[in-house]
Parts: sequence; structure tokens; C-alpha cells
Amino acid sequence: MSQELKYLLSRATVGKLDRRAFLGRAAALGVTGAVANSMLASSALAAGPKKGGLIKAGLQGGESTNSLDPALSASSVPANNLTSFGEVLIEVNPSGELDFRLAESVEASADAKTWHFKIRQGVEFHNGKTLTAEDVLKTMQRHSGEDTKSGALGIMRGIESMKADGDVFSVTLNSANADLPFLMSDYHLVIQPDGGWEAPAAGIGAGPYVLEVNEPGVRHGYTKFANYWDDGRGHADQIEIVVLNDSTARTAALQSGQVHIINRVEPKVAELLGRLPGVRIESISGRGHYVFVMHANTAPFDNADVRMALKLAIDREDMVDKILRGYGSVGNDMPINAAYPLFSDDIEQRVYDPDKAKFFLKKSGHEGPIVLKVADGAFPGAVDAGQLFQQSAANAGIELAVERVPNDGYWSEIWNVEPFAASYWSGRPVQDQMYSTAYKSDADWNDTRFFRPGFDKLLADAKGELDQTKRKAIYREMGLMVRDDGGAIIPMFNDFIDGVSEDIGGWVGDPGGGTMFDGALVKTWLL
Amino acid sequence: MHPIVKLVAQRIALGLLLLLAASVLIFVGTQILPGDVAQSILGQSATPEALANLRRDLGLNDPAYVRYFKWLSGVVQGDLGVALSNGQNIAEAMGKRLGNTMFLATWAAIFSVPLAVTLGLVSVRYRNRWPDKLISGLSLASISLPEFFTGYVLIYFVSVKLRWFPSVSIVNDGMSMLEKLNAIALPVAVLTMVVLAHMMRMTRAAILNVMQSAYIETAELKGLTLFNVIRKHAFPNSIAPIVNVVMLNLAYLVVGVVVVEVIFVYPGMGQYLVDHVSKRDVPVVQATGIVFAAVYIGLNIVADIVSIVANPRLRHPK
Repeated sequence: MSQELKYLLSRATVGKLDRRAFLGRAAALGVTGAVANSMLASSALAAGPKKGGLIKAGLQGGESTNSLDPALSASSVPANNLTSFGEVLIEVNPSGELDFRLAESVEASADAKTWHFKIRQGVEFHNGKTLTAEDVLKTMQRHSGEDTKSGALGIMRGIESMKADGDVFSVTLNSANADLPFLMSDYHLVIQPDGGWEAPAAGIGAGPYVLEVNEPGVRHGYTKFANYWDDGRGHADQIEIVVLNDSTARTAALQSGQVHIINRVEPKVAELLGRLPGVRIESISGRGHYVFVMHANTAPFDNADVRMALKLAIDREDMVDKILRGYGSVGNDMPINAAYPLFSDDIEQRVYDPDKAKFFLKKSGHEGPIVLKVADGAFPGAVDAGQLFQQSAANAGIELAVERVPNDGYWSEIWNVEPFAASYWSGRPVQDQMYSTAYKSDADWNDTRFFRPGFDKLLADAKGELDQTKRKAIYREMGLMVRDDGGAIIPMFNDFIDGVSEDIGGWVGDPGGGTMFDGALVKTWLL
Repeated sequence: MHPIVKLVAQRIALGLLLLLAASVLIFVGTQILPGDVAQSILGQSATPEALANLRRDLGLNDPAYVRYFKWLSGVVQGDLGVALSNGQNIAEAMGKRLGNTMFLATWAAIFSVPLAVTLGLVSVRYRNRWPDKLISGLSLASISLPEFFTGYVLIYFVSVKLRWFPSVSIVNDGMSMLEKLNAIALPVAVLTMVVLAHMMRMTRAAILNVMQSAYIETAELKGLTLFNVIRKHAFPNSIAPIVNVVMLNLAYLVVGVVVVEVIFVYPGMGQYLVDHVSKRDVPVVQATGIVFAAVYIGLNIVADIVSIVANPRLRHPK
């Protein structure tokens, strides 16, 4: 970098030179706009966050039926609300490690059955109350009662007892689980004063922002909480979430500068949007995946050779190109990818091989068409993906009959009912949770009817194993079992695509979900 | 009794009867939605006990006609019930949305009605000459384009390129009147374009119809200018059909703006209804249905009454 450019950059970073002037002078020195912009952004990141201003996000996934009760949160806007006014005990950061929030540290007993969370001292709720272990206990009780409607109930089921003692909150499990701290990062488990029993939807937490405006399905406005404990978050004075469910309305709002951040940019417009001045596309590969599920206990899918033939007859690269427009990565017929902790990257990638598929089909002895049910409600582009699958399978001599079914009722009438259908999994923070939710023999959502006692035993072993190297080896074996024997055809993992104004600094994509795993508003700042 | 009072009373009574019929239709409609209401509220993870509890709470075990009369008696007393999805009082939540919808509709009407009538008068004045053809052509073109298309085109040019008005029309209580008007400028423009042609063409046709009459010829022979003939003699006699079409369009501005609300993210009744239909929130759907029906019927009654009152033969009976 030339001395002059360095000088200009330093001036721009401290605000002595505005961005437009910097870009203009940089261009005079022969630096293209894009390069100059990214130089400015990284230099600003190094300079540290700037305080103040109003950050606005236009988000898909909010309805007028939304409630602020953390237990009932199920879509993007409620999730972003929770990170704005609330805090959880522990978070999983973008590199898959634990970040301690309201818990300061965690200790496990040797058998990984009892866990002690030390609660951070001097943290204040928005109503002036000081956080205690008792609040944590009551919150967890509200999410685990018999008649709770909490989305986190599945996580809380394995808990035998809980107690609060001084500043320590302790959990005893039915069986060992080395991943418990990861499970406690679930976004529903926002700590509320007195557990939120009296007013669950009051929107009072210990987060960086205090709720000012709450119009469900329209907008949510916040101002900075003066006594917030963590200086590393909540840089803007005010933040606002505007509900923009229409895709075109979202992109227009970002383009015209009415919002700084939008989520769920459609793959087909992402590239065009990214080329516009003043806007950039932030995409990150996550744990969500598009999948075709076969019931491994129903003919003809009870035949391992039929399953293998179908897995070999799908052109993954082609699907990533055409369905995701490159915003994604190929899947390997196991629900785990590099976005998970303890992932083994040495498992061979399965590729499209019509000849081998033909061989396995012949070996299975199956003849006649195979019916695949699809609807775009399963995942965006599922109908097109079904047709691509049909064509690539035809080349291997497999006759697929793709049947389009209505979106309405798809998750109750088709998924987990029909033996071969399109589906979507949003992924989980850790491998154990993903496998326990959908691949364990007695899991409610074992949508591939994968009944393997050996697999269940490995899952239980890994759960109690505190040695990470050994756990990684067990997970590798389990991944191979699902990949080679399971009923899931997983052609692709989709990226989370967000649109961000160039005025926003501090953006770090998070594989957990879009808009920095719902944390963009509290972690970014205005440049 | 004065015949006008009698006629008006008749109309209002008929309107109320119609509203009652509409309430039956709405109730029946929500009952024959596929699937059990309790099941669609609780979804996949419903346990039999939870289903039974919810059915009891919703009163689903009563026969349909009992439920209808219970609901009706609530509505008559102004009690619309509570939303199933978030427990909010429907009357309160909907009141705000209805206010927003009315705000948008009012401003669209303030721009479109005088504009349509004036353009209609100008068309008659320059009948079959270029101003008439230009006005007809433009307004017919704007009604022929679907609202979402005009909406997106306006967003692209006026909001994204020129940055004159915002593409997101969210209004709230904290905004001044000027800020609110700035926010709703684009949806008002789209709605004006959609309803303009109908009203303009009807004004033109109604006045032209009257212009064939003998008294217009007399007025012309008196030496009045053409514009004065229209203003003083033709227009008052063609008010009835014009008011009718204006009311129809006003009703459309209230009950038919779902698409415009979605495009411009305007927090009105349409979005509120769509959100709750997808959650099968039956009490809210019933409440919005009855409000829409009331607005529609009410505006039509107003149109009827105005055309009765505007008719001198009815005003001055022998």
C-alpha cells in the first residue's frame, strides 16, 4: 500500500475524511472502489466499534401473532427480539466454541451428569432487579414443566433435577451428556427476572437493549440499556426491527437506505443485489440442509441397495448451482458438515455416478417407478430439485415419479408420513442434538425410520465421553453409518444470505443462522 | 311519514339484515375450513389431552348454531373475543389496524375522488378531442396494470432511484402528520391509479347521458357556456350514479388493499387478516370478516341514501 493511501485510510478511519471522499481519492490512486471499500471496512474493524446512532433491520419471519414470550419464539423476528432484550447463560460463537454470557463458568462432574453454572454477579435486569441463580432456576423451570409450550422442551427433557445455591445454578441429568453447555445456548432459554412466570411476554431481560415499541408483525424498537454489563455489545444508541415479509419490499428497503440489514436474500437476486453500490451480500454456510427422506423400513427403501442407488443417482453439484445459485455446498448424505464442532473432514464426498447407481439398482432387483413427493414448502426450490433428481436418476435407469403436493399441511400430511419426500432440517448446534432429534431409533422425528441399536449405543457413548478426540472418532463412525446405510439423501447445505449496508461495521457471519445468528443488531455498529 | 325518511329507514333495515346474513356466511365459512380448529392451532405435537382441553375452552363441543348465537351476541355487544394465537383483545388490536387502513383509504379518496370527477368533467368538456382521449387512455392504462406491478415500478423509480419517498410505509403514533403523509405517498399513488379510471369514466358517461336531455339544449340556447351548463345543470342531475361508483371504490379502498399493504408493508387490516388466516386464528378471521362486511354494506347504504336525497322527485313529493 502506498504511503499516501495509508495516510488517507487512517484519516478516513478516524472520521477526518468521509467515506465518499476517501473512495474518490483512492480511485485517483488507481484503487478500485470494491478494494477501497473493503480496506476501509477492515481498517474500521481494527479501529474498534463506534458508538451511537440507530441501526435498522428489515427482517422476514414476523407475524402480528408473535409474542415476546421467549418460550413461544419460533421465527426470525422473535429470535432477534430475544437477543436484543435478553441474554442466555452461554452462547456458541461462530467458531463453535462456548462464549460465557450470564454464566461466568461451568463445571461438570466426572460422569458428566451434574453440571454447575456459576452465575455472573452484578448483572441488572431492565426492571432494576439484580440477576441471581434463583432467576435462572425459575426460568429453566418455566421451560421444562409438564404443561409448558416452550420450544426448548426437547432440550429440557433429559434433566432430572435443578437447584440454585448461592451464585451457582446446578443441573443433574438422567444420563451423561457432555454437550449440556451447548444445549443451554438455545435461544429460547433467555433468563427472565423470577423466571418470567408472572409476565412471560413483558420483554424484560438482561440484554443490551430496552424494549420501547412492540407492534407484533410491524416493528419493534429499542434503546440502549444504560446499566448493561458487557461493553462489547450494544454499540448503537437505538435499534429497530421492521417486519418485511415480502422479498421485494426487503431488497427495496435496503437499496433505498431505509434499513441497514436484511435477511433471507433470495439466491436468485443475491448476486445482482451485491453488485449495487452501497450494499454488500454476507453469506455463510450453516448447518441447515435440504434433504430427501426415505423410510428405511418401507419397501422399496428397506433394501439398502435401492437406497444406495438413489444416493448415487443425484447430481449434487448441479443442484447447488441451479437451486442455490452457488450459495451453498454439497451434502454427503449425513446431516453433519464443517459447521459442526468435532466434524471429521476426511470422509469421502459422494459424487454423481450413474453407472454405479445402475449397478446397485440391478443388484437390488427393484423394478418400476419410485414415487417422490415434493412441495416448495419443504424447502425453496424443492419442486425444481425433484425434477433435477428425476433427470439425473433417469440417466442411471431409475424411474422417479415426482409428485407435487400442496404446501398447506405438508408438515403434517406428507413429511414423516410418506415414505419418500422432500424435507428441510435447520441443523442444531452440536452433532449429538442433531442425531438425537432425527436419527436415534426412538426419536419423535426419526423421519428416515433409521432403527440401528448399534448407532444408538454409539450416540449414548459419545454423550458421556469427555475426551474430545475419542468423541470425534465416535461421531465419525456414526456419520459413516448414516451416510452409507441411512435413509437420508442430503444433496446440499444452504447458505444464510443477508444483505448489509456498507455503513455497518463489525459483521462476522455465524454458521448458526442468518443475521449473525440473530445477533447482528447487538454486535454491529454504524461506521 | 316523509317518504325520504321512510326510504332511508328501509335501506338501513335492509342493510342490517344483509349484515346478519353476512355474519352467517362468515361463521359457516370458518367452520368448514379443512381440519379441526383445535388441531390446527396446536399442530403436530398435539396430545389428546391438550386437544380436549382446547376444544372445551373454545366451546367446540357445543352444536354449531349455539356457538353462532353465542358469538353473535358477543359481537352485538361489541365483544369480538380474544385472539387464540397471542391472547390479545381483538377489538383493541384490530382498532389500531382499522385506523391505519382508514387513514390510507381516506387520503387515497381525498386525492382520487376530486381528481376523478374533475377529469371526468374535463373529458366531457373536450369530448372526443385530444384531452378526452389522453385522460381516458392514461387512466385506463393505469387500471389495466396490476397493483403489484405499478407498486414495484414506483418503488424502483421513486423510492430506490430518486429517493423521494420511502418504500416501507410503516406509520406509527410518534410520527407527525407530515411524516405520515410522506410515508404513505407511494401506496396512495398506487391506489389512486387503481380507482381513478372507474370513477372518471362513470362521471363522464353519466354527464354525457344527461347532456342529451332537452333542458340542456335550453340551457345552451340561453347562452350559457358549456362548462357552466355541465356544472349547473348536468352534474347535479348525474350525481346519483357518480356517488354510487365513488362509494364502490371507497369500499374497495378499505377491503381490497391487501396486495398494496403487503408490497408497501403497511400495517393495515389486510396484513392483519392474512397473518391470522395462516395461523387459523378463527375469532380474528370472523371479526375482520364482519368489519369488512359492515364497511362494505355501510358505504353502499350511504350511496343509496345520497342518490335518494339527490333526486328532487323524492325530495319534493306531490
